Amino acid sequence: MQTTRDFSHYVRQVGPGLAHIDLAVEGVNCAGCMTKIERGLSALPDVTLARVNLTDRRVALEWKEGRLDPSRFIDRLAELGYKAYPFEKASAENAEVEQTRFLLRCLGVAAFATMNVMMLSIPVWSGNVSDMLPEQRDFFHWLSALIALPAAAYAGQPFFRSALRALKAGGVNMDVPISIGVILALGMSVVETFNHAEHAYFDAAIMLLTFLLVGRYLDQNMRRRTRAVAANLAALKAETATKFIDDDEVSVVPVAAIAPGEIVLLKPGERSAVDGTVIAGQSQLDQSLITGETLHVTAGAGSAVYAGSLNISGSLRVQVSAASEATLLAEITRLLDNALAARSRYMRLADRASRLYAPVVHVTALLTVLGWVLSGASWHDAIVTGVAVLIITCPCALGLAIPTVQTVASGALFKCGVLLNAGDAIERLAEVDHVIFDKTGTLTLPELEVTNAAEIPMDVFALAGRLALSSHHPVAMAVAQAAGAKWPLVGAIEEPGQGVRGEIGGVEIRLGKPAFCGAAQLLEECATDDPEASVVAFSRGGERYLFSVRQGLRPDAAAVIASLKQRGIDVEILSGDREAAVRAAANALGACAWRAGVTPADKIARIEALKRQGFKVMMVGDGMNDAPALAAAHVSMSPISAAHLSQTAADLVFLGKPLAPVVAAIDFSRKARHLMRQNLYLAIGYNVLAVPFAILGFVTPLIAAASMSGSSILVMLNALCAQTADDWGRLGRIARHLREHALQVSEDA
Amino acid sequence: MEVLVILVPLALCLGLAGLLAFLWSLKSGQYEDLDGAAWRAISDDDLEDRPASGNPPRCKT
Repeated sequence: MQTTRDFSHYVRQVGPGLAHIDLAVEGVNCAGCMTKIERGLSALPDVTLARVNLTDRRVALEWKEGRLDPSRFIDRLAELGYKAYPFEKASAENAEVEQTRFLLRCLGVAAFATMNVMMLSIPVWSGNVSDMLPEQRDFFHWLSALIALPAAAYAGQPFFRSALRALKAGGVNMDVPISIGVILALGMSVVETFNHAEHAYFDAAIMLLTFLLVGRYLDQNMRRRTRAVAANLAALKAETATKFIDDDEVSVVPVAAIAPGEIVLLKPGERSAVDGTVIAGQSQLDQSLITGETLHVTAGAGSAVYAGSLNISGSLRVQVSAASEATLLAEITRLLDNALAARSRYMRLADRASRLYAPVVHVTALLTVLGWVLSGASWHDAIVTGVAVLIITCPCALGLAIPTVQTVASGALFKCGVLLNAGDAIERLAEVDHVIFDKTGTLTLPELEVTNAAEIPMDVFALAGRLALSSHHPVAMAVAQAAGAKWPLVGAIEEPGQGVRGEIGGVEIRLGKPAFCGAAQLLEECATDDPEASVVAFSRGGERYLFSVRQGLRPDAAAVIASLKQRGIDVEILSGDREAAVRAAANALGACAWRAGVTPADKIARIEALKRQGFKVMMVGDGMNDAPALAAAHVSMSPISAAHLSQTAADLVFLGKPLAPVVAAIDFSRKARHLMRQNLYLAIGYNVLAVPFAILGFVTPLIAAASMSGSSILVMLNALCAQTADDWGRLGRIARHLREHALQVSEDA
Repeated sequence: MEVLVILVPLALCLGLAGLLAFLWSLKSGQYEDLDGAAWRAISDDDLEDRPASGNPPRCKT
């Protein structure tokens, strides 16, 4: 059988004879890497463009079609020391990029208009106390209107649209008072200019939009960046499948290029990247990533295979039912839909604030108008004062108070390896007081490791590792990896279902089932009480050794659970695995509550029960069986190794082996919530101070502009200062400390 | 004050020119990679004919 790599799925035609491909590249983080990659790739013949994007860690390549195979680029980058893989922009990411560009365009237009209107306003403000003629003032006002009206109509779109959406849905968000304020300010200014009046508020209205757009843009940019990183990580997993082109020719293709109905080959030791049905072959499957169950299941013709299952012993032919996007049991999908619908009812802090704020402000404005009319002022003057109240209370600072903190906090989370899936996750995370962990793949690592490596002589370990390289069995692969073996033993023979045997210096060596190595007796003598461990034996002549292989706990799991408890957060383990395995893990982690053999529906039931008791539950899990529970919890988190479905359902995704990001994320979000509240109070306090002046009719355009920019800058500074302040530094130190502690623990073990 | 007739349109045109330049730079993708652009400005790649001085930049990590 011949295997080839086929990346044609990712290649786009960009012109006559020109092809384009985008690669995600790991480890590009400085200008040196950028130059190295661009030079290295440009040196290939026929390449017309090689450009690194340092922000998104990607390379765009264009070449003359014909002789060059795209897999050559991947090899070239590997030679240069970078892991790369083609990727396809998901539609969600394209939408984010488009939205970022739109906001930046709006910001550009609004900033241009603000600067020019200000240039016209300052002469008017200073002219009013000196010698400006009314005609000149009117001329300047008309010019301001000429600039501000079209600019506001364009740059205000994000707010007007969002406000309309909220009103159509029967609710109120922060954009409703913003839109009303801007439209009334502009409308009144036009009427006043028409009547040759002294005051116009074009400057205040357009400046308000500029400040708000800065906040929106920062927020959006952070979100786009997170999504780009997530897309890169997904691409770099380089999930491929071996597809049958005809009866015995196969080709290794990216999962994205597999269509339902096609037949793929699943070799021993491979993780399935697709869902499907077995049509030929016999094997054992490890489905722990999907169900949490660490016992292997037997698969034969007709049994179902889910993406993420690890094939243990024999080759399987699988007919694909759905590829690329993981689908699962109807039960899980149904539970997931219900849970997601329930979660969308959460009200964000900003929306809660605006629900209180908008009516108060609008009633105050109305009372001002009525008050002035009753005290004998003309309707015109009363309305002008009322609109001034609306302008001064227009929630510029309120609109910025939360997005700026959000940007700072998600940037800080990003740095410690946590990606945000949901915008409001920070607020929900801050409220958490009960954490539920899944065991398999969350508290433990998905990779297998040798637990008794210290008890085995170095030379024996190294030899066993070399022998293990000849086997495809996952347990053998774990031994090979733990031994750091690089050179396979020449002439080693794998006996399917038994083990591997070979010869070195005339002595026969064997690695495999204890019985295969004649170590059955030794196994009985030192029977281990670890229910999760697989035992593999090694024999050299008359010597016998046993390796205990299992999924290890994450190095800092115990430290993380301890520090969660220290923060007054309850910890609980809910696992689909057997009771003995869960009990062992719970004991190792220092006595916390646990339940074993839990089904997806049970997990949801438990979360609902806790919710009814008033707990805010965070679910941390990775298996497909966790997906509904992840969606049902108040907030949820997944490791990056999690099943597709779980990662989509989780609010946050964390990278790397340590579990410390869970604690860091809770700490950051609590700090962020504190800052958000502080910012809201600052913004409201500012308005409360300014409103009496507006009600009394003292607000001139100058005061409006000054108070508007003053409060916005104050709120922005408060958020940005926090970024550098000690508190964030302290949180960074906690995360570092946990990491060091984890290293210590893993060294001790 | 007749000078306003010249100065005001002039100021507006200058502002508009700035805005158009910004929109053009946005359209031509100059905000796609702000980190990379910062480094490209100081890279010596375009000076092909000059002998390379010192070591090529190294990765920080």
